[in-house]
Amino acid sequence: MEKPRFDWLQPVKIGLVGGAIGVFFALVGMVEAFSIRDIVDGIVSMGQMLMLISMTFTGYMAARRTTQPQHLWVLGSSLLAGLMFGGMVALLLIVGSLVNLRAVFINASPTLYELLAFGRGTQAGALLLLAEGVLVGVAAGLLYLLTGRFRQALVNALGWVVMAGVLQELLRITFGAWGPLAVINQWLFTGKGLSVPGAASLFVLVAGTTYFWSQTGSVLSNRLRRLPPGGQHTLRLVGILLLVLIVLALPQILGLYLSEVLTIVGVFALMGLGLNIVVGLAGMLDLGYVAFFAIGAYTMGALTSPELGFFSLSFWEALPFAVVAGVLAGVILGIPVLKMRGDYLAIVTLGFGEIVRILALSDFLRPWIGGAQGIAKIPKAIVGSIEFISPQQIYYLILVGCLLAGFISWRLKDSRLGRAWMAVREDEDVAAAMGINLVATKLLAFAGGAAFAALSGAIFASKLGSVYPHSFNVMISINVLCLIIVGGMGSITGVIVGAAALVGLPELLREFAEYRFLAYGAALVLMMLVRPAGLMPEATRRRELQEAETVEAEPEPAFGAPASP
Amino acid sequence: MAILTARGVTKRFGGLTAVSKFDFESEENSIYSIIGPNGAGKTTFFNCVTGFYRFEEGDILFDGHSIVGLTPDRIVHMGIARTYQNIRLFANLTAIENILVGQHTHLKSGLVGAVLRLPSTVREEAAALAEARRLLNFVKLAGKGDFLAKNLPYGDQRRLEIARALATRPKLLLLDEPTAGMNPHETEEMMALVRHLRDELGITILLIEHDMRVVMGISERVTVLDYGEKIAEGTPAEIQANPKVIEAYLGRGSATEVVSQASAVQASPALA
Amino acid sequence: MLRRVLESLSLTDSFMWLTGGAIVAVIVVGSAATLSMGRYSGRHWFDFIIFGLAQGSIYALIALGYTMVYGILRMINFAHSEIFMSGPYTACYVAMALSRSGFLESQPILSLAVIFIVAMAVSTVIAVLLERIAYRPLRTAPRLVPLITAIGASFFLQYTFRGLYGSGFQAYPDIRMLQGAWLLGPLRILKIQVVVILAAALMMAGLYLFIQRTRIGKAIRAVSEDKEIAALMGIDVDGMIVRTFVIGGMSAGAAGVLYALMYRQVHFFMGFIPGIKAFTAAVLGGIGNIPGAMLGGVFLGLFESLGPNLFLDGLGVPSPNQLKDAIAFIMLVMVLIFRPTGILGERLAEKKA
Repeated sequence: MEKPRFDWLQPVKIGLVGGAIGVFFALVGMVEAFSIRDIVDGIVSMGQMLMLISMTFTGYMAARRTTQPQHLWVLGSSLLAGLMFGGMVALLLIVGSLVNLRAVFINASPTLYELLAFGRGTQAGALLLLAEGVLVGVAAGLLYLLTGRFRQALVNALGWVVMAGVLQELLRITFGAWGPLAVINQWLFTGKGLSVPGAASLFVLVAGTTYFWSQTGSVLSNRLRRLPPGGQHTLRLVGILLLVLIVLALPQILGLYLSEVLTIVGVFALMGLGLNIVVGLAGMLDLGYVAFFAIGAYTMGALTSPELGFFSLSFWEALPFAVVAGVLAGVILGIPVLKMRGDYLAIVTLGFGEIVRILALSDFLRPWIGGAQGIAKIPKAIVGSIEFISPQQIYYLILVGCLLAGFISWRLKDSRLGRAWMAVREDEDVAAAMGINLVATKLLAFAGGAAFAALSGAIFASKLGSVYPHSFNVMISINVLCLIIVGGMGSITGVIVGAAALVGLPELLREFAEYRFLAYGAALVLMMLVRPAGLMPEATRRRELQEAETVEAEPEPAFGAPASP
Repeated sequence: MAILTARGVTKRFGGLTAVSKFDFESEENSIYSIIGPNGAGKTTFFNCVTGFYRFEEGDILFDGHSIVGLTPDRIVHMGIARTYQNIRLFANLTAIENILVGQHTHLKSGLVGAVLRLPSTVREEAAALAEARRLLNFVKLAGKGDFLAKNLPYGDQRRLEIARALATRPKLLLLDEPTAGMNPHETEEMMALVRHLRDELGITILLIEHDMRVVMGISERVTVLDYGEKIAEGTPAEIQANPKVIEAYLGRGSATEVVSQASAVQASPALA
Repeated sequence: MLRRVLESLSLTDSFMWLTGGAIVAVIVVGSAATLSMGRYSGRHWFDFIIFGLAQGSIYALIALGYTMVYGILRMINFAHSEIFMSGPYTACYVAMALSRSGFLESQPILSLAVIFIVAMAVSTVIAVLLERIAYRPLRTAPRLVPLITAIGASFFLQYTFRGLYGSGFQAYPDIRMLQGAWLLGPLRILKIQVVVILAAALMMAGLYLFIQRTRIGKAIRAVSEDKEIAALMGIDVDGMIVRTFVIGGMSAGAAGVLYALMYRQVHFFMGFIPGIKAFTAAVLGGIGNIPGAMLGGVFLGLFESLGPNLFLDGLGVPSPNQLKDAIAFIMLVMVLIFRPTGILGERLAEKKA
C-alpha cells in the first residue's frame, strides 16, 4: 500500500483552465469595460470583481475535487489553483509588456494592463497578481471548509453586495423616488458605487439574516403549511393582491428610464410566451421566430401609417389584423415543416426568418412596406382620452398583452391541447398512435406562437412609432430562444424570469451591451451541459398533482391480486 | 365475425420484401398470436395495421371498413390501439398524463373551452381524470400517477403502456412482445391481464410474442411468419406439431428455440 | 393505384405541391422573359457562371464539414460557420504582418501557404475544442440538446472573435499575383476566381481520396455507419469523431481563406450566411454524402449566381440581386420538402434523417 500522495496535477489543471478563462475575460475586453462601474467606490470595480469571482470559483472547484479530505490538502489545492490563475493573468501582463498584442487583440490596451497590474507597473503587478491568486485561493478553500450554514451566509451576502453594486442605478432611482427611503440611498451609495460603510452593513445584514433564517425559516414555513386550508387561502390571496399592486404601480415607482427597460422586457416576455408554446410545449425548435414579430410589426405599420397612405387605421383597428396576419403566417410557414424533425426544422425556420428580413429590406416590396427606410409615423394606441405615449403608459399596454398571453398559455398547458403538444414533443409517432392529429396539433402550436409574436410586434411598432427591417434580425430569435431556455422550457414563470434577467439586465448595464450575445451563447451551452431543465423548471404543477393524487385516490378493485403500493 | 382481415398485404423496403402477400383473419373477441424468428415481418405488419407504413399491395379491413391510406390517428379513432416492443411512453410526462393523452380522441374540448374553462370542459376534464385513475388502478399502478413515466420501473412501464392504449377504448389491441424482459412471475401476471382484457372488456387481442409459454398458454390461434411469408396457421397444438415451423426455427440453427418449440410443454425462459 | 395516390394526398400536401408548382412556374416564365429580353449577353452569363462556380466551390468546402459531422454524429454542427470564420479572421493578422514586412510582395506563394496553414490550424483547434467541450458530453442526450448547444456555441464564438478582434470589417491585404484577369479571346476571367475554383477542386479531390482509400478514411466511414459495431471492430470511435472534426475544421479554414481572398475582407459575422448556404448545399447533395456535398455546393453557387438575374429580371423585379439569399433559402425549403434525401439520393432515408 502506498501512502496517499498529494495530487497536484488536478488543481494545476483546474487553475490553468480558470486562468485561461480569466485571460479570456481580459482579452475580450470585459475587464476593462466593466471597470467603469465601481461595486464599492474606490475599492473594487465590476471588472475586478469579475476576476475575483472567477478566481474564487476556480479555487473552490479545486478544493471540491481534492481526493483527500484533510484540511491542509484542500487548502493546498485551492491555493495552487488560485496561484495558477494569478500566474496566467500575470503571464498575460508580462507578454503584453514585451509584445504589442494590440495589433491583433484590440482590447489589449494599456488601460487593461494598468487595471490588471493594480496600477503598479508590470513587475510589481505580476507579483501582486500571484499574491492575489494565493490569497483568493486560500479564501476559496476556507469557504469550502466552512459548514454549510456559514458558507451560504457568506455567499449570499457577497452576492447581495455585488448585485447592489451592479444594479446601483436601478436601486438609487427606486429609493430616490420615495422620500423616506432616500436616507438609505445616502447611506448605501456614494456618487459612484456602494459606499464602504454601506457595503459593509449590507454584507453584515444579509449574512446575519441568512444565517438565522436557515434555522427559523424552516420553522416558519412549517407553521405556515400547518395553517388550516382557509388560512392558507387567505395568505395566498394577500400575496397575489400585493403582487398585483406592485405590478400595477411599477412604472410610477421606477420612473421613466426604467419603465422603458420594463417595456422592452415585456415585448420579449410576450414573444417568449409564444415561443414557449412552439419550443417548450410542442418541442419544435423554431429559429425564425422573429419573422412573426416582424409580420405583426409590419402589418401594424402598413395599415396605420399615413406615410404609406393605404389605410391609416387606428392602432386598435389594425391590431386584430396584425394578429391574424401572424396566425396566417404561422400556418403557412408551418405547413412546409410539418414533416421535418429537430435540426432540419431549426435550419428551415432560420431560413424563413432570413427570407422575411430580406424581403422587408428589398426594393421589390418597397412600395408596400418601405424597403430599407421602413415605415414611420405609426400612431399610438388611444383608449378613451388617454394616449399611450410614454414608456410609463405603454407599460400597461404590454402588461395587458403579457397577462393575456400568460393566461392563455397557463390554461392551455393543462388542457387536452396542451397534453397533445407535449405528447408530440415526447414522441411524434406514438402521439399519432394515440389519435392525435399531428397536422392540426403542430399548426395550432405554430399559429399560437405566431399570434403572440405578432401581438408583441404590433405593440412594438406602436411603441417606437416606426419599423425598420434592421430591427428584425436573427439575434432577436436567438434572444427569445435563450430566455426561454435559461428560464426553463415549458414554464411560464421561467419565461418572465428569463426575460427579466436576459433582457432587463443588459438594458440596465450599458457596459454589458457588447457582451450580451457572448453571454447568451455561453448561457445556452452551459445550461444544456449543466441544467437542461432551466432555472425555473415547471415543477410546481407536478407537486400539486401529487398532493391531489395521494389524497383522492381510493383503491379500486384491480384485477387479480390486490394492488401493490 | 372477423374483426381484422388482411388480404394479400405486401410491404417492401426498397428491394427487401418485409411482408409478402400476407392473408390474415382474426375473430372478434379472440386472442391471436403472431410468432416467427426475428426480422420475420411481425412488427412491420403491426405498423401496416396502425397506419405507420403504407403497404404497396393488398387491403386491410377493420370491422368491415378498409384502412388503406388512413393516417395513424384516424385508425385509432376506428378502435385499434397498440403497444411497442421497446416501450415508448411519453417519458417526461407523468403516468396520469400519459393516460390522459390516450383519451385524446374521446375528449372534445377545444381551444376556446380550455382557455375560458367552460363548464363542459371542466366536467370533461374531471371525468377524464377519474377515468385515468381508474385505468391506473386497473393495471395496478394506483398511487404512482405523478411519477414521470421514465422514472417508473420496467414492469410498471409495460403496464402503463397498456393502460394508455386502453384509454383510447380500443376494440382491437395489438401487443408487441408484452412480456419481453419480464421474470416468470411478472409474465404470469401479464398473461392474467391479457386474458382479463379479453374476457371482461371484450377486447380482441393480437400479440407478437417470443415466449412460447405465453403463446401456447393464452392464444386461441397462432400464425407463424418467416421471411415475411405465412408458413403456418392454426391452434397452438397444431403449430407445435407442424414440421414447417420446426424447420423454420431449425434452419436458423437455433437449437434452444427448436427444443422449446417442439416440446413446448416444458417451460423455457423467454426466447427473445 | 390512382385511388391510393389520391387517398394519401392531404390538404397540406396539395398546398405544398401548389406552392412548388408556382415556384417552378415563376422560374420558367421568368427565365423565358429574361432570355427573350436579351439584356444580358453571352459574356454576362459566362461571368455569372464563373462567379457561381467560385462561390459554389467555397460552399462545397464548407459543406464537407457539415455533412461529415452529420454523418458521424447525426447532428447539425451549427457552429461550423464560426469554424469557417475563425481561421481566416485570425490569419488576416498574419497576412497584414507579412504585407507590412514586404514578404507578401516578394514571396507571395510562401506567404499564401503560411496564411492557409495558420487559418486551417486555428479553425481546426476551434473545431476540436468545440467537440471536446460542447458536444462530447451530450452525445447521448435528446436531439434538441446538442443542437441548442451548437447554436449557443455559434454565437459565443462569433462574439468572442468580435471581442478579441473588434467589430469592424478587416481588409485582407492585396496579393498582386491574384489580381487582374486573364483574357480568353472575348472572355475575361478574374484570376482569383480561377484560383479559388482550382484550389477548392484540388482539396476536395484530396479529401475524397483520403476518405475512400486510407485506413482512417475507412474507419471514419465505418463509424458513420454504426458506432457500436465499429467499436466492436476495434475502431477508436472517439478518435475518429475527433478526426472528422479535424478534417471539417481544416476544410472550413481553407474555404475561409479563399472566401476572404475573393471578397478581400473579414468580419466576425461573415460565417453566418455562408454557413446556412453550405448547409443547404449539404442537404442538396444528401446530407452525410461527401460527393453530394461537393456537387450540392457547386450547384447552389451556380443557382444563386444565375438565379436572381435569370428568374426575376424578366419579371420586372427591381434589384433582384437583393433577393439572392432568399432564393437560396427557398431552394433549401423546397429540397427538404420534395426530396429530403438530396439530389444524389443518399441511403440515409427515414431512419437517419
